[in-house]
Amino acid sequence: MNTPTGIDTPATLRIAPLIERFGASVLESVYALGRFVLFLLSAVAEIFMPPYKVRLVLRQIRTIGAESFFLVALIAMFTGMVLGLQGEFTLRKFGSEGALGTVVSLVLVRELGPVLTALMVTARAGSAMAAEIGAMQVTEQIDALTVMAINPVQYLVSPRVIAGVISFPLLTSMFDVIGIMGGYAVGVGLMGAPSASYFNGIAQNMTGDDVMGGLYKALTFGLIVAWVSCYKGYNAQRMATGVSRATTEAVVLSSVLILMFDYFLTSLLLK
Amino acid sequence: MTANNSSSIAISISGLRRRFGPQQVLDGVDLQCPRGQITTIVGPSGCGKTVFLKHLTLLMRPDAGHIVIDGVDVTLLRSRSLDSVREQFGVLFQGGALFDSLTVFENVAFPLVEKTRLGRSEIAAAVTDKLAAVGLDGMGHKYPSEISGGMQKRAALARALIRNPKILYLDEPTTGLDPTRTGAIHELIRRTHEKFGLTVVMVSHDVPQVFEISDRVAFMNQGKMWLSGTVAQVMEAEDPTFERFLAGRGSDDDAEGTATDGETETRV
Repeated sequence: MNTPTGIDTPATLRIAPLIERFGASVLESVYALGRFVLFLLSAVAEIFMPPYKVRLVLRQIRTIGAESFFLVALIAMFTGMVLGLQGEFTLRKFGSEGALGTVVSLVLVRELGPVLTALMVTARAGSAMAAEIGAMQVTEQIDALTVMAINPVQYLVSPRVIAGVISFPLLTSMFDVIGIMGGYAVGVGLMGAPSASYFNGIAQNMTGDDVMGGLYKALTFGLIVAWVSCYKGYNAQRMATGVSRATTEAVVLSSVLILMFDYFLTSLLLK
Repeated sequence: MTANNSSSIAISISGLRRRFGPQQVLDGVDLQCPRGQITTIVGPSGCGKTVFLKHLTLLMRPDAGHIVIDGVDVTLLRSRSLDSVREQFGVLFQGGALFDSLTVFENVAFPLVEKTRLGRSEIAAAVTDKLAAVGLDGMGHKYPSEISGGMQKRAALARALIRNPKILYLDEPTTGLDPTRTGAIHELIRRTHEKFGLTVVMVSHDVPQVFEISDRVAFMNQGKMWLSGTVAQVMEAEDPTFERFLAGRGSDDDAEGTATDGETETRV
């Protein structure tokens, strides 16, 4: 960009713009991360500011939570069924059919329940959040809120963050229960694993820490999905592809963060 | 019409500057908007008039300069006190900006529901009254997607007027409308202005038709108020740039506003 003053050997002249560009992109990334974090902080701060809009939170719990139930139930059923099938098939080789209940339930409660629920709700509700807020941004509806002296973050983002944090653990719990039933149906009903030891195994080997660990994950994922989806929608560019790009980015970034945080949370929780 | 002493000035803008990246979009804008009059801002695409209006509606903050509304310098205010200023004005956005999840009635009622403690029947009465004023009686149950562009503008105008503001900002109120509807919206703006005694600041590309309903005209060019005064003064000024603008750009090619690093405006 600018010619550096003082040093004027040809080599530095050639390298200087590269370094400048690299520095600019690093700075821009840091700024972007800062805006991303500040967005969440202001959404959380606005939760505690009047006016309190319980109605908006309930509506979002319905959209994110209740309306995702059948999708989550379907996925949970088939996940449990495939676990029953694979588990029984593998355990039989080692003569440990009695461990099926333990295997299926721990895999679901600790890992697959929170992660698959989060990924499915991202696809369904996260994308909808990004698209809806993005469309509002592009058509000046967010500006309209601002000029009416209504804080758009408080009105649009905070209720979704609360709803995400409440809905995800609930959906995950349902995923776990339905998945365990699915595993029972296939492992015991179809493959002939011993029925009594399925539930006995769960009762003996599943601890409160396993359940809570899964729910902490779900809570974190709920926060991530609402945060990322609202942020991407809120910052949609005012052009034809703005909303679609925001939606795609919201789903991709949410999914990546879910899987990354799953690893970090697991390594924390297993200690 | 040409009263110009300071007490009659509703909005006074001085030395307003705003830069986006390398582009100086507002380069020292000065403008006086007299109380109870319609001031219309015209100018070529990218001259900064949409950005300027965003400063008046407090959606953007200037790098330098002052905006004084009713004696209050709003550039010095912080978030919560800005809200009390916002409650004094109504804004009609270019695309209407109606909430598409709400009916026309709910849209117009929205500011009252969210920001006042009025009862259900009082709100219904106020909404019915404003819908009638813009000629949308009986359309309240429809959703914005079910009515025409002109009707959306009317509904948005009713929403902008619902809290009886003292100042009304209009951002290209006739963009995307055919000439007949443009005339009808202009007539509606004039009537509303007379009925409610509003101070109106309007950004428009409908030159010279819009001059018929304007008291004052400001021609914006290169980030400055190139020329401003009463309609007669501006028309008689014989400014070559303004005359070139009038001759060359009388049509609807002005929707994209200014495209800069921070703000890319597109009609959607």
